[in-house]
Amino acid sequence: MLDRLADEIPRFFTWGNVVLLGEAMGITLSMTLVGCVLGFVFAFIIAFTRQVPGFVTLPLRMAAILFVEVFRRIPFLVVLFLVLFFIQAVARGTSLFTVAVVSICIYSTAYIADIIRGGFESVPRQQIEAARAMNFSHLQILGSIIVPQSWPVILPPAVVFMVGFIKDTSLVSQIGVFELTFRARELNNMGFSGILVFGVIAFLYFAISYPLTRWGQWLEKRLER
Amino acid sequence: MNYTFQWGVALQHLPGLLEGAQLTFIIGFLTFWGASLVGLVMATLKTFGGPIVRRLVGAYVVLFTNTPALIQIWFLYFGLPDVGIVWDKFTCMLIGLILNAGAYLTEIIRAGFISVRRNEIEAAETLGFSLVQQIWYVIVPHIAKTIYPALANFFIVILVMGTSIGSVIGVQELTSQAKDLATVDYRYLEVFTIAAAIYVVLTIIASITLALVGRHAFRVKAKIF
Repeated sequence: MLDRLADEIPRFFTWGNVVLLGEAMGITLSMTLVGCVLGFVFAFIIAFTRQVPGFVTLPLRMAAILFVEVFRRIPFLVVLFLVLFFIQAVARGTSLFTVAVVSICIYSTAYIADIIRGGFESVPRQQIEAARAMNFSHLQILGSIIVPQSWPVILPPAVVFMVGFIKDTSLVSQIGVFELTFRARELNNMGFSGILVFGVIAFLYFAISYPLTRWGQWLEKRLER
Repeated sequence: MNYTFQWGVALQHLPGLLEGAQLTFIIGFLTFWGASLVGLVMATLKTFGGPIVRRLVGAYVVLFTNTPALIQIWFLYFGLPDVGIVWDKFTCMLIGLILNAGAYLTEIIRAGFISVRRNEIEAAETLGFSLVQQIWYVIVPHIAKTIYPALANFFIVILVMGTSIGSVIGVQELTSQAKDLATVDYRYLEVFTIAAAIYVVLTIIASITLALVGRHAFRVKAKIF
């Protein structure tokens, strides 16, 4: 086994492969970043919609709740296939990267919306009622009362979710986006030993994920004060 | 959009999908209990073990929570045959998922261990309980109530995120069945929508059951939605 590894390592770490894996890492990261940031924006809108009282907005509220509850209960892989086949029916020729970003966006919207709702609920009810009695509009209540008090509660779990999602994007390889996991399988098929290939790829994921996880933990401690 | 939905064709595949759902549930169940056992043992070692053992358990947790479950399973499936260990795909998936989920559960259970009052463990020690007895008769009943909501939540995560990974290496669970059956007559959108609906129903049933169990056994007011 060891002599086989020693034989393969010089062939594995050629300049071409290093560039290949570097690009794959870039795709993995950019996909997660774009998807999750868009997801955060949409999640914020959904969480805000759930806050607005009144009979007129009832269908909107129901739709927001339904969206969150349904997509939190479907595996990411199934969301990915649904988005893929739906987009292919609507707009042929959309790049697979876009499909991946849209799926990540939908999935993270559902999860982050729940995190944000939890944060909003941590603000005492009386303060919102007091603001309403003083004739604040919904946007004013959100901007000057809810958000300043709830963002230290929202941000750390949202960051932990986004960092955790980097690992779940490995499933995107199943629709053929050239990210890290896809390249791993490809290199394995080229004949490199599975232990070498998957060990290296696992290390690359670790190198992305571990510093970000530590940063998330630091953020949590920092905002706790 | 010129796509005509044909639900009749897709609904013919319902028995096959339900068969997959059954396997999904079984995998989720086995993974959860296996991972709980791993988590309990690891949390015990991390709390009561010597410095070297503690370091090792810490390394296990950090390594497995920072790399994708898919890569771990592929490492077992494609990597281990190089050193002469050949497992079938179901075993690989189950062991991979158990090791991955076990790392997360170690952290959850350890948080429970810390919450047990020191005096109670000392009292048990004075009464001559062995370490295993202390854990089983004093700590576990205590933390079961504290960590029940987190565990119930984690079970749903395994049932949704974890089991769908099986489709990647060809274990015939729900996502995999949907992928295969959709190919029969190219009704991808319909079949995957039905699969998604089955996932939603499955997890809602699991949530309600867990919430009721929690209410009766531990008097935990677990939220269903």
